[in-house]
Amino acid sequence: MFYREAGQFKTDYKSDSAVFPILQDRVGIAFMIFLALVVVPLYGWSSSSGEFFLNGIMIPFMIFALVTIGLNILMGYAGQLSLGTGAFTGVGAYACYKLITHFPELNLIVAVLMSGFFAAAVGIIFGLPSLRIKGLYLAVTTLAAQFFLEWLFIRWEWLYNYDPSGALIVPDITAFGIIIAGPSANAVVKYLVVTLIVIFMTWIASNVIRGRIGRSWMMIRDMDIAAELMGVRPLAAKLSAFAMSSFYCGVGGAMMVFFWLGAAEVESFDINHSFLFLFMVIIGGMGSLIGSFMGAAFIWVLPIIIKFLPATIGIEIYPSTVEHINLMIIGGLIVFFLAVEPNGLARLWQLAKEKLRVWPFPYA
Amino acid sequence: MELLHSIFIGPFADMFSDLSFLIQVLWEGFVQGTLYALIALGFVLIFKASGVFNFAQGIMVVFAVLALVGLYEAGVPAWLALILTIGIMGLLAIGIERVVLRPLVNQHDAILLMATIGLARFLSGAGQFIFGGENKAMITEELGLPTGSSEAEIFGGVVFFEHLDIAAVIIAGLLVAALAVFFSKTRIGRALRAVADDHQAALSVGISLNQIWAIVWFAAGIVALVTGIMWGARSDVSFALEIIALKALAVLIIGGFTSIPGAIIAGIIVGLVEKLFEIYWGSLLGGGVEAWFAYIVALIFLLFRPQGLFGEKIIERV
Repeated sequence: MFYREAGQFKTDYKSDSAVFPILQDRVGIAFMIFLALVVVPLYGWSSSSGEFFLNGIMIPFMIFALVTIGLNILMGYAGQLSLGTGAFTGVGAYACYKLITHFPELNLIVAVLMSGFFAAAVGIIFGLPSLRIKGLYLAVTTLAAQFFLEWLFIRWEWLYNYDPSGALIVPDITAFGIIIAGPSANAVVKYLVVTLIVIFMTWIASNVIRGRIGRSWMMIRDMDIAAELMGVRPLAAKLSAFAMSSFYCGVGGAMMVFFWLGAAEVESFDINHSFLFLFMVIIGGMGSLIGSFMGAAFIWVLPIIIKFLPATIGIEIYPSTVEHINLMIIGGLIVFFLAVEPNGLARLWQLAKEKLRVWPFPYA
Repeated sequence: MELLHSIFIGPFADMFSDLSFLIQVLWEGFVQGTLYALIALGFVLIFKASGVFNFAQGIMVVFAVLALVGLYEAGVPAWLALILTIGIMGLLAIGIERVVLRPLVNQHDAILLMATIGLARFLSGAGQFIFGGENKAMITEELGLPTGSSEAEIFGGVVFFEHLDIAAVIIAGLLVAALAVFFSKTRIGRALRAVADDHQAALSVGISLNQIWAIVWFAAGIVALVTGIMWGARSDVSFALEIIALKALAVLIIGGFTSIPGAIIAGIIVGLVEKLFEIYWGSLLGGGVEAWFAYIVALIFLLFRPQGLFGEKIIERV
């Protein structure tokens, strides 16, 4: 009834190849952006628990969604399994830290975006073996990247400016006349910066994926030999997927340190984070941008709910127990999703939309 | 010049100037390698029989030994705890076959890999939930494992051999021998090899795949338990093992995914080379190279000999 495309005629190529060809989708996405850019900041600004809501839920959710998009580009669209996401986010974080401390007058947003290029370069280097191997074997090379980079983050003291604690500590950083990062930055400002970057980069990603490059990734994923016969160069396709994926991860990692954590050590980029992003991709749905957001929200928000739910209904429960239950639930859900709905939440969303199209007269 | 000397000459001069220390290092590396080999063995067993790359092998090691120590701490005598733990691993194998493998039959191997990562998460949570997450001391003496050490004079220096390490090597050898006999002499062992060779052919002569999978996961569970006991006795029972166990992936790449001798030899090679590199070259890079050295060796292997030392040549190229 409400989700019908009847009467919406496409009269030129432009409208036919639009990102959101259906009016309801355009309204929906505009509403989501309105929600993200107006309602959430207003709530965070006015409510007493707004600070926690932004810092604890919304900012990490946005950042994780961006990293998940990055991993999804590599795994969902180009079909290359990676277990080194955590380390690639780390490359971005350390690169951004070095940029900011070496060139203090550099705009932070420019630095964050530039740090993506460093991550992309590292991603290309560790993506090189993907030209000869795939699947599980590739997973091992990305694992090598993960452990090697983790080690490098500790041992190469230049990366954290010889700080004795070995941590990246974010000072107050001003851009456009306001403090946008650091201990005294306002959560609303940080949230808005993060959200704008995420929306911008999601828009770029959706267009790259629709374009020639993205289609070449999907061809490599679906059948590499056929793709090569049709003129897709595996070298270019795979390495560009690694580069773009690592770029997104790097930007996400830089934002993680500068807009969320404020101070980070190598633990923020360890293999458990790699798995976390992997789970976000699987639960959200491989090869889906909206799935990346859903997966990030699910994996990030679920533990918070599990943490606070027992307290609100009056059951005393140890924090460590919550942690363990959380691990079990996430692990179980991974297996469940892989067995029942391998395409994740995004597929459920798509099914819901298809149902909605014929609702309330499915047989008419 | 200084650098070249410290890479190509210095370490070797160090090695030969103190031969007994070199022997000590090699022995340590050998024991470490035996444990890598055991973990890799668990991987290979499952990979051969079901084509699943079992990421949860590391956590199975932790889970098995946690169950053992947890039962002992709950007041069960050590020998009974051991038997009960074997029972738990059996139940776990049946459960995994039912819940994880059966619904995912015929899926892409990357999907199965991710399912085992999910399984690893679940087991990690369940293990901590049931038995507690804190580090535990291994019940070495209660299980009748030897402690203490003996010294031997070799090349004018003193080399220490921990009795426990010697026992670990012997038990690992016995385990491998037992598995070899099991595979070649028993009915189930032959069925396992048939499944490893060709799933469909095995099905057509009446071998139940589901049953074989449960058995093979059970075998891997026992290997995990033995590994865990050895490892726990050398250090502590903790979840740090899970990350170390990932090194078995590197071992598998070097040895070949489908070869049991390959896993054992590669495990020992990785243990030895890693230790040597850490002791004699590690200081050049600031130490701690053990964490990634095996993976880089595996990476080099992947580029030049992707099937590993003994594996079948199955890698597709594009």
